[in-house]
Amino acid sequence: MTPAPAAPQRHSNLDRPHLLRLYELMLRIRAFEELAVEAQKEGYVLGAIHPSIGQEAVAAGVCAQLRRDDLMLSTHRGHGHTLAKGADALAMMRELFGREGGTCGGKGGSMHIADFEVGMLGANGVVSANIPIAAGAAHAIKLRGEDRIVACLFGDGAINRGPFLEGLNWAKVFELPVLFVCEDNGFAATTRTSSMTAGPGAAARAEALDIPAETLDGNDLLALESATRDAIAAIRAGGGPRLLHCRTYRMTGHTAVDPAAYRPAEEVAQWRDADPIARVAALLQDGGSGSDELDAIAAKVRQDMEEICQSAKDSPWPAEARAFEDVQDMGDPRERAY
Amino acid sequence: MAAITYLEAGRRALAEEMRRDPSVWAVGEDLGRGGVFGQYKSLADEFGPARISDAPISEACIMGASVGAAMSGTRPVVEMRFSDFALCAVDELVNQAAKARYMFGGQTKVPLVVRQPMGMWRSSAAQHSQSLEAWYVHIPGLVVVAPATPADNLGLLKSAIRCDDPVVYLEHKNLWTLEGEVPEDEHLTPLGVAETVREGRDVTLVTWSAQRWACLEAAETLSAEGIEAEVIDLRTLWPWDRDRVLASVEKTGRLLVVQEAVSVAGFGAEIAASVAEALHKRLAAPVKRLGAPRVPVSYAPPLEARVRVTAEAIVAAAREQITPAAA
Repeated sequence: MTPAPAAPQRHSNLDRPHLLRLYELMLRIRAFEELAVEAQKEGYVLGAIHPSIGQEAVAAGVCAQLRRDDLMLSTHRGHGHTLAKGADALAMMRELFGREGGTCGGKGGSMHIADFEVGMLGANGVVSANIPIAAGAAHAIKLRGEDRIVACLFGDGAINRGPFLEGLNWAKVFELPVLFVCEDNGFAATTRTSSMTAGPGAAARAEALDIPAETLDGNDLLALESATRDAIAAIRAGGGPRLLHCRTYRMTGHTAVDPAAYRPAEEVAQWRDADPIARVAALLQDGGSGSDELDAIAAKVRQDMEEICQSAKDSPWPAEARAFEDVQDMGDPRERAY
Repeated sequence: MAAITYLEAGRRALAEEMRRDPSVWAVGEDLGRGGVFGQYKSLADEFGPARISDAPISEACIMGASVGAAMSGTRPVVEMRFSDFALCAVDELVNQAAKARYMFGGQTKVPLVVRQPMGMWRSSAAQHSQSLEAWYVHIPGLVVVAPATPADNLGLLKSAIRCDDPVVYLEHKNLWTLEGEVPEDEHLTPLGVAETVREGRDVTLVTWSAQRWACLEAAETLSAEGIEAEVIDLRTLWPWDRDRVLASVEKTGRLLVVQEAVSVAGFGAEIAASVAEALHKRLAAPVKRLGAPRVPVSYAPPLEARVRVTAEAIVAAAREQITPAAA
């Protein structure tokens, strides 16, 4: 069992306005997912969703530090990353509901959310598959001589698939601008990852390929921000790929309908005490924010997200003709055309 | 016109497109040294190692990285070395390249060409000889091309590189040294357009890739017997030139599909079914497929040859369609 991290350290010289923005972002991610889970119970979310409740510090600490023109690839558990990269919450919620105006026009759903306008090149329904794609996006950046970077987020389960090794090797031999982020919530679907993983894990595997790697408390926003800032600076300066291994915890099951009965209650309780949002709130209070101020932010975020959710519920289905659009340029995909 | 080999035609196509478009690059194992068959010989001298890029023996990553690169402003030409090895990259091709445009709602396209040398060639045995084109035709999002001549390898590869869809490009290993006339000026063969290689009134032979040559040989033999076969080389398997095939079979009343691949669930089945559905009442004989039996390809020459569709087999099948043996 992974022990829950110790109580947060006290930080002086906090940039409180900046931290307040990240606090609000983390609250938005949580509100989005809590409402999505509710909407699934009501029948609005049709397919599987994989909440990242409890993992919001990774999205806020890593993804929010990318430039808008930087690229990012995410996973089936990617709502938080996508919101942090700047995607529109209403378009995302519409996508979960399969509605017109969704980020992918309702064709992808939760597992295939992408928003190329903000450099979000896609969640992925296949574990580890986004790693070679991220390496290739970075390859294109290098060929084109740009100063953008690519962030590639994946879970702890992904490090046991071949594309993890192949993608990291590729990024290193071509010295590509990729920030690999292993968001380790301890479980690969419903199996404790440590029981199915040989050796010490993601960071050691990266270091074996000469990729600098760091293991972090993935619920410590400030530590994540600091490590990410350093890694991005090194990568953008041409230093090749880096890896951050962020240990966090999934407060829900694998999917929204998984009760996660395979986890001891005391383990879950221990991690609930290490809730990354509560830890940021504590930091803010230390820095001078009153609980009224923080409560008001939370209430506003929740109210906005409820309005977004209602707006998504009121959105129309896509026209049936869209089933035949964006398949490919060559050939006519309509039934009976061939 | 000048005579060059099928292999040289592919090399020229890539070089011309790389000169024309700086976003085109090629990536695969051993490309810096010319590629396994020499298809990339000396291209690194002109374009440098970044655009004629070596790669680790890592087909999944070659393909997956090319998907990312294709979604990020470049046009990769992906070398898989043998079509059999592309099976290591099926998720990357089928779940990622073919689906990205659709599942992301049209936000991106994946303009890449996957070169997959295919087919039986010199005792290459079970893992270096397959013809798996039907698998790819089955996948929405992919274009599938199988050239049979130097001119088409030039013109189709150039068209494939310019296509915004992911293209599975199947060059036949047994054709590398085949010589043929090619235009000296810019030559583009349109995707999706078959070539009627020989006109005839009695039976339509529909084929692609190396079997084009067996069909032409068979057509000569049949002609000497007074049977005029029309030979259609599809060239592109998706989208396939259905109108041309239907018009031909409407004329001849007989369809014989000739493929090197295993016949069971091969692409020939799609053509046969389409023709049967559309022209049932016009057919003078049942539609017929020729292909390999459902066994792996052998190493020993007599065993390898046993599963190959020969000109003699084509002649026999065509004769049978025109003059059925007494029951």
